[in-house]
Amino acid sequence: MMHAETAPPGAAAPVFYQTDEEGHHSEGSTMLGFWLYLMSDCLIFATLFATYGVLGRSYAAGPTPKDLFDLSGIAVNTAMLLFSSITYGFAMLEMDRDRIKQTQIWLAVTGLFGVAFVFLEIREFVHLFHEGAPPWRSAFLSSFYTLVATHGLHVSVGILWLVILLVQLRKHGLIVENKRRLMCLSMFWHFLDLIWIGVFTVVYLMGVLE
Amino acid sequence: MTTSTPRPDRTAAAKRWGGRARRVLPLLALPPMLALLGGCNLVVMHPAGYVAEQQRNLVLAATGLMLLIIIPVIFFTLFFAWRYRASNADAIYDPDWHHSTQLEVLIWTAPLMIIIALGALTWIGTHTLDPFRPLSKIDPKRDVPAGVQPLQVEAVAMDWKWLFLYPQYGIATVNELAAPVDRPIQFKITATDVMNTFYVPTLAGMVYAMPGMQTQLHAVINREGAYEGRSAHYSGAGFSNMFFKFHGLTNDGFDQWVAKTKAQGGDLSQEAYLELEKPSEAEPARYYKSYMTGLFDRIIGMCPRPEQMCVGEMMRIDAQGGASGEEAAANYGRLQYDNRMADRGNEAPGATSPASGTGPHGQTQPQGMRPRPDMGNPESRGPETGQDMKAPDSQGQSEGGQIAPKQLNQ
Amino acid sequence: MFANLDLQQLILGRFTIEQIPYHEPILQATFAGVAVVGLAVLGVITYFRFWGPMWRDWITSIDHKKIGIMYCIFALVMLLRGFADAILMRSQQAIAFGSEQGFLPPHHYDQIFTAHGMIMIFFVAMPFVTGLMNFAVPLQIGARDVAFPFLNNFSFWMTVAGGILVMVSLFVGEFSRATWLAYPPLSEASMSPGVGVDYYIWALQIAGIGTLLSGINLIATIVKMRAPGMTMMKLPIFVWSSLCTNILIVAAFPILTAVLAMLSLDRYVGTHFFTNDLGGNAMLYFNLIWIWGHPEVYILILPAFGVFSEITSTFCGKRLFGYTSMVYALVVITILAYLVWLHHFFTMGSGADVNSFFGITTMIISIPTGAKIFNWMFTMYRGRIRFEVPMLWVVAFIVTFVIGGMTGVLLAVPPADFVLHNSLFLIAHFHNVIIGGVLFGMFAGVTFWFPKAFGFKLDEFWGKMALVFWVSGFYVAFMPLYVLGLMGVTRRMQHFDDPSLQIWFVIAACGAALIACGIASQIIMFVVSIRNREKLRDLTGDPWGGRTLEWSTSSPPPDYNFAFTPVVHDSDAWWDMKNRGFDRPLKGYRPIHMPKNTATGAILAALNFTFGLAMVWYVWWLAALSFVAIFVVAIAHTFNYNRDYYIPADTVSRTEGQRTRELEMA
Repeated sequence: MMHAETAPPGAAAPVFYQTDEEGHHSEGSTMLGFWLYLMSDCLIFATLFATYGVLGRSYAAGPTPKDLFDLSGIAVNTAMLLFSSITYGFAMLEMDRDRIKQTQIWLAVTGLFGVAFVFLEIREFVHLFHEGAPPWRSAFLSSFYTLVATHGLHVSVGILWLVILLVQLRKHGLIVENKRRLMCLSMFWHFLDLIWIGVFTVVYLMGVLE
Repeated sequence: MTTSTPRPDRTAAAKRWGGRARRVLPLLALPPMLALLGGCNLVVMHPAGYVAEQQRNLVLAATGLMLLIIIPVIFFTLFFAWRYRASNADAIYDPDWHHSTQLEVLIWTAPLMIIIALGALTWIGTHTLDPFRPLSKIDPKRDVPAGVQPLQVEAVAMDWKWLFLYPQYGIATVNELAAPVDRPIQFKITATDVMNTFYVPTLAGMVYAMPGMQTQLHAVINREGAYEGRSAHYSGAGFSNMFFKFHGLTNDGFDQWVAKTKAQGGDLSQEAYLELEKPSEAEPARYYKSYMTGLFDRIIGMCPRPEQMCVGEMMRIDAQGGASGEEAAANYGRLQYDNRMADRGNEAPGATSPASGTGPHGQTQPQGMRPRPDMGNPESRGPETGQDMKAPDSQGQSEGGQIAPKQLNQ
Repeated sequence: MFANLDLQQLILGRFTIEQIPYHEPILQATFAGVAVVGLAVLGVITYFRFWGPMWRDWITSIDHKKIGIMYCIFALVMLLRGFADAILMRSQQAIAFGSEQGFLPPHHYDQIFTAHGMIMIFFVAMPFVTGLMNFAVPLQIGARDVAFPFLNNFSFWMTVAGGILVMVSLFVGEFSRATWLAYPPLSEASMSPGVGVDYYIWALQIAGIGTLLSGINLIATIVKMRAPGMTMMKLPIFVWSSLCTNILIVAAFPILTAVLAMLSLDRYVGTHFFTNDLGGNAMLYFNLIWIWGHPEVYILILPAFGVFSEITSTFCGKRLFGYTSMVYALVVITILAYLVWLHHFFTMGSGADVNSFFGITTMIISIPTGAKIFNWMFTMYRGRIRFEVPMLWVVAFIVTFVIGGMTGVLLAVPPADFVLHNSLFLIAHFHNVIIGGVLFGMFAGVTFWFPKAFGFKLDEFWGKMALVFWVSGFYVAFMPLYVLGLMGVTRRMQHFDDPSLQIWFVIAACGAALIACGIASQIIMFVVSIRNREKLRDLTGDPWGGRTLEWSTSSPPPDYNFAFTPVVHDSDAWWDMKNRGFDRPLKGYRPIHMPKNTATGAILAALNFTFGLAMVWYVWWLAALSFVAIFVVAIAHTFNYNRDYYIPADTVSRTEGQRTRELEMA
């Protein structure tokens, strides 16, 4: 049996209050919070991937990935998103040097790549509809559309966010808040890139090459 | 209850006292419990089938093991609460005592030991009582006699009745099941459109009945009698009246029952099946002397109509790389299944307003339900129901238009 | 196609005036009751000119304490609704035997049990838990607010929006009949057409967003905003349990979001995730929903464990026994919570290996849980226990909870589960742990922290009455269900044929009546306490002889919680400070940096509610409009860079001066 380390009453009292300091408002909590959000988002994608894993072979006597996917088109799509991640990286480098003009330019380029990605994805969906492969055709197509479109929606929201940030950069410049927001969007954007690599591998490559 | 006068050294006294109480307390609890429970039929505790009996034994063994730790915990909680109450100045007060390695080891290992024992019991019990595993014994003492074929029963959960097919005898029944005592039974279980659970408490534990899938249950009944069976998994409006009788019969009795079924029943043809498929509750027992070939496979395959594609066929096509173009479009039509009831104007089992066609929270009964005269509105929704509640086909299709909007993809 | 476009359908979707149950007596009475109470509340607010303060100080408030209080009030209000459902079910089952059909037809009864389960979990237990965490965690770690105060307000109003959506289903259309987890294929559009399941889905999605965000918020708060010196192993145990709970929330709720989104796609778009036909797989839903659902159980119980730990050590006047093992137990439970989900459907036929794996992992959870119970026991050992109301709840909890734990482990043995699954035994088990564990914990926590929140204690007599009625009511209501389960009686039955069962249901109904007395006692307790608040006033801020930092500040705490950030040297920081004779600094106050109130959270939640309602009724134009509006408001909010202000040093000095005088008076 052990007794606690509680100091006896009246023992020399240490400092119990921070009287000399302004409170501890931690800047890091936004980054941590946003990272936690990304992890929760990651779980949504994990669920959708798992669903695709379960249902991805249930073609319901209908079209299969081999019938539907055009790998070269998807490769272009993938390249768009990868380039956009690189250009976002350039934007962040410029932000660190406090060069607002260059930051804005790189952000705009990133946005354009993003728009191209979303455009190509929509075109692919339209094509699939014409092929007689809408999401209600089979469980495979349901899970395919849901996974890919969820990612696409994220990218679209990212583009919207990027546009808003460009406006806010124009209004307020590279102030602390805007830098923090750019950092968050950066995490978001690279996260989506990572998810896309998963989608590309699991859905498209494994679908066509198996 | 009394205890010895408090002494400074509490632990030893407490343990001694606790030891006595541990022996006495359960005994004290016994008489009122027995008096209370004596009057009712605890069917799970007094089963008539060997499988359910083993499950009962497992329940008792597990409970006993856990009581080893639960009773002392309850006792010591109350004892410490009473002993160390603030008004008891005699009790030791040690505000900084908060750690003891021995006690920590004890409180982690004691439950661990119990769980190891229980885990072993679980592992063995789960494997021997796996519902998919054929029986090796028909009761604690007797092995399955050589040469005895298990009775095969194919059970189908429908809205809201049970259909039983006996492939070895070519007969079928609704809401009545029979089996000879001491002969192993092999159930193959499925459902037509929503999940249910096949449960005869006295015979064996429950297994889900799932549309498009087949589960199994192996069991044996050891005592003659008429028992209750039912669906234990909520499946829509008529769920409360989705029960059946299970008869444990002698071999002769069973043969007579088969003969009676053959003599009384009609043929469960495809048309009769499609009629039976419509929602209805509290169906009386029905008998069929024969049923259409491959009915059970067609139910599992979700293709009771000849124009529909069975799931097996679909999976074969998928394994061979799917289909495309015209062929895929044709397959799509043939694979529609879930909307078939709505297409025929039957109310869905879980329909709510506005699709149910009745006012929200209304007293009017959903389609396929018996009228409930004392509930304000004697009418159930079908126009000509109310008189002949025994006929499931009395539900007209007159209201087809208002019911159950189909999925938007149609 | 445009020729037969129906204008009414375009404007109102599938809503028609017949969807309002104005001719149903039960609903008329309910509506009248709600209307009378609602008008009375509105009248009182108007009479006392409370509208302005309510908007400024509560609805738009980003103060974690007020949000925490609002969560608890919301939970108590929803408890009344959920309990009304319970009373209806108990009376129906006590009546409906043989030729007697009772007063609830099946399709109404089915809605009631669905609503009861869903409301009790999502809109009673969850807000209670979140409310207590919101209130106590920042105070216990010596912080001035949570990490994201605006998000906190938004989370709360999203939860409320979801709750209101469920309540609306009472008076407009109907609620789901597909059970509280909406198992497909029954919950699919083909089997459950109508608005019921859609109400269920949107209420949960909206409230779920709130829960997820508040989980992220509290993790960030605990990780980043602890007072200096408060290392992880010096966290108050309630904060530890909150941390584990919120990790579970963040790691479980996205799965619920995803699985419900797939179900709604099935219903709205016609996809085939969980349908029978075209390759869908309903078993996938069972797995996914329980991968969320089992951690959810621990999301509810862990904070209750935390509350019990705090209360036990406070009222025993003694350090918590085995702090370290308590923390490890929490962490082990958190991890294992993800490895047991399959025990909710052993009867699906997964095979003996899978079943025994999940059965045994479930049993393993009982080891850390058992260790925690022993630790509470040994905290009492050699304590000096003051049996005030919170401590009485602890004793009631331990005795009740171990019984529920025992039946839980029993159900974890797959072959035993085969005979008890879906039976009333199962119902008795989970009410045993949720009432005996979660609710008792929340009631204990409310009684414990009420004086901190409002500056006066709750009336002791009515507190004890509530306890006696709740505990006895629980046993009378649920012990018969254990027996009925052993008689092979299954759950969700609207009617029975066997008259010999009736006596047990009548006993259970009496139990429900006792619980109703318990709830009435609680309402009386609040009223009496508010009326006698001057007599029950606590000026010290430390009415129970507390051990953690929330008791070091005034009751109710000032907006900024602490004029100076405390420095922590011990896990029982306030106990340590009292023990070593700290000096409360009386001058040198500085301006304190605080976030400003904002209406954005409430507005966004209102728009989300509108969106949900429009989706339920297929009012597409309104859905689109409110969806766009949500984005516009959210974006507009990001253009506001002026979100904080300083409380001037003078104000701080005045507030603290008042506190000094109160301490002298006490």
